[in-house]
Amino acid sequence: MMNWIAGIGRSTLSQLSDLGRATLILMQAIFGRSNVGVHWRLTIDQIHVVGVLSLSIIIVSGLFIGMVLGLQGYTILTDYGSEQALGQMVALSLTRELGPVVTALLFAGRAGSALTAEIGLMKATEQLASLEMIGVDPLRRVVAPRFWAGVISLPILSLIFVSVGCLGGALVGVSWLGVDSGSFWSNMQASVDFSDDVFNGIIKSVVFAVVVTWIAVYQGYDLVPTSEGIARATTKTVVYASLAVLGLDFFLTAVMFGEI
Amino acid sequence: MYSRRLELSVGAFVLLGALCLAFLALEVSGLTQTGDAGSYRLSARFDNVAGLTTRAKVSAAGVTVGRVVGIRYDETTAGAIVDMEISQDFAQFSEDTSASILTAGLLGEKYIGLMTGGDPSNLKDGDVIYDTQSAIVLEELIGKFLLNMSSDK
Amino acid sequence: MTAEAFVEIQDVVFRRDQRVIYDGLTASVPRGKITAIVGPSGTGKTTLLRLIGGQLKPESGDVRVDGLSVQSLKRSALFDLRKRMGMLFQSGALFAELSVFENVAFPLRVHTDLDDDLIRLVVLMKLEAVGLRGAVDLMPSELSGGMQRRVALARAIALDPEMIMYDEPFVGQDPIGLGVLLSLVKQLNQALGLTSLVVSHDLQETLSIADHVIMIANNRVAFQGSPEIMQASDDPLVQQFLHGSPDGPVRFHFPAPSLEDALS
Repeated sequence: MMNWIAGIGRSTLSQLSDLGRATLILMQAIFGRSNVGVHWRLTIDQIHVVGVLSLSIIIVSGLFIGMVLGLQGYTILTDYGSEQALGQMVALSLTRELGPVVTALLFAGRAGSALTAEIGLMKATEQLASLEMIGVDPLRRVVAPRFWAGVISLPILSLIFVSVGCLGGALVGVSWLGVDSGSFWSNMQASVDFSDDVFNGIIKSVVFAVVVTWIAVYQGYDLVPTSEGIARATTKTVVYASLAVLGLDFFLTAVMFGEI
Repeated sequence: MYSRRLELSVGAFVLLGALCLAFLALEVSGLTQTGDAGSYRLSARFDNVAGLTTRAKVSAAGVTVGRVVGIRYDETTAGAIVDMEISQDFAQFSEDTSASILTAGLLGEKYIGLMTGGDPSNLKDGDVIYDTQSAIVLEELIGKFLLNMSSDK
Repeated sequence: MTAEAFVEIQDVVFRRDQRVIYDGLTASVPRGKITAIVGPSGTGKTTLLRLIGGQLKPESGDVRVDGLSVQSLKRSALFDLRKRMGMLFQSGALFAELSVFENVAFPLRVHTDLDDDLIRLVVLMKLEAVGLRGAVDLMPSELSGGMQRRVALARAIALDPEMIMYDEPFVGQDPIGLGVLLSLVKQLNQALGLTSLVVSHDLQETLSIADHVIMIANNRVAFQGSPEIMQASDDPLVQQFLHGSPDGPVRFHFPAPSLEDALS
């Protein structure tokens, strides 16, 4: 029993020191003195890697999720004879929840794990140590551009996801199932509010971007530099980032939309 | 020219994001509807607004002309005052216009329907409509129906 | 000796987790010479290089490089000091996404305001010195391990450091590659007047070019002096290491309870 309590205490302490280390790494990466010109270039390179290269998976998933929403929504709404509300249902689900959340989950799997593995490999092959010995801070040179690229890319990807999703819903609902195009779009426009729905979705997405990228770069920077360590850190990135996104989503939703 | 291609792709990516934002603003949330033409405010007094919420639409002859922006309890008349913003494009409601709370479908959301009358002068910003028909409360209807059934026996 | 020491290590205690790596280590590295650091595996020879480079901090004791005590330097002063040291890592540690040219140019771009023509000139000179000017446009992945190490060496000397540290430079090299690296280390030391610090397992090869040897065993310095004195030493530990006897002061068995106790 005492061992058990001591174990809990120990693991709490180690979690706490992990959090502290992650925060310090982030602070130093973001607020450290840096060469803006060079780092801006590096950030653009990284936006290409984490953002542009994630486009295909985001567009394809967005399209299919929109189409599924259209199909499912239609079958349910026809029971109540209100299939003209399909546009409203598709657009609200996407802007408020599915857009930010699914994009963040896909991003964690596609870009987050790649970030962890890349930084981890740089650590394992002593590239980070080598940077330090050359007199360059790897936190600013390697971690900061990747962090900013993630924070910039994810909200953009989320906007793309939602847009494609709405079009996918319209494709199924209007073109295939025959919901009236006018009522589909007008219902959508009548119920979706820019600041309440679209803008709140963007805020969610920015929060997720910070958390997912932070977890990814921290796991990469802090891992044990062996092949096993990289594999474990990559898994951790995806698991922790997904859990953090889903958990935070609840709180953000409660604050933004809940009338508690 | 590897880096130039990379810059182009990142630029295109950001542009695509901006376009999607515009699409969401204009096509999905219909941001243009409110705002540009300007609007004026009307109020209506109802005995009962059960189920009506802010942001519900206000329509005339089935066309959306505005939106509910506030619902409050009026102590002097013991009723509810509903504030509505009506688009400036629809400024031709006569002074004897009536307002009723309607339901879209059997279980759909509540909205306000305006029915214009024959009076030559029009409602202005800040005017109050007193000729109203309150929300139909399903429970009351069922209650009345059951009462009628039992008294018929 | 002390007067011309470039690196001085005084009574350093260092622990990783619970394991003691150094317990009162004292050594000095003479300026302008090639110093070999040798010792059985797992004695933390690489750790010593990291302590000198300021990537790790000792629990107590003092590490001084050219009179500056590394562990108490501020971050920016430490980074300035590192510009005066080059380090060649075991794997080479070239930046995988940059070409050979950009790898060697990297320290110059970060620390100097030289224009592109001048950078090109310096990079080609450094690559010429390691015999790889022809590989300037290749990517690191297109080079063999030995060539990667030579490129990394060119990068390490790009800023004309005063000291260069080699971490296991000879591991996994065929005899020709080994010979090339050996002669490079020696040439660079003579031509540039560098202080060189070589950590290696390849004892005979390393001793052939070294002016000074530091042997680490059992958490402290077991021997310090010239290779000739080392060969002549009658210390059983030094002799075991020189001749590769399986058992001696350094035990063949990992510390364990006796076999009878473990089996009963």
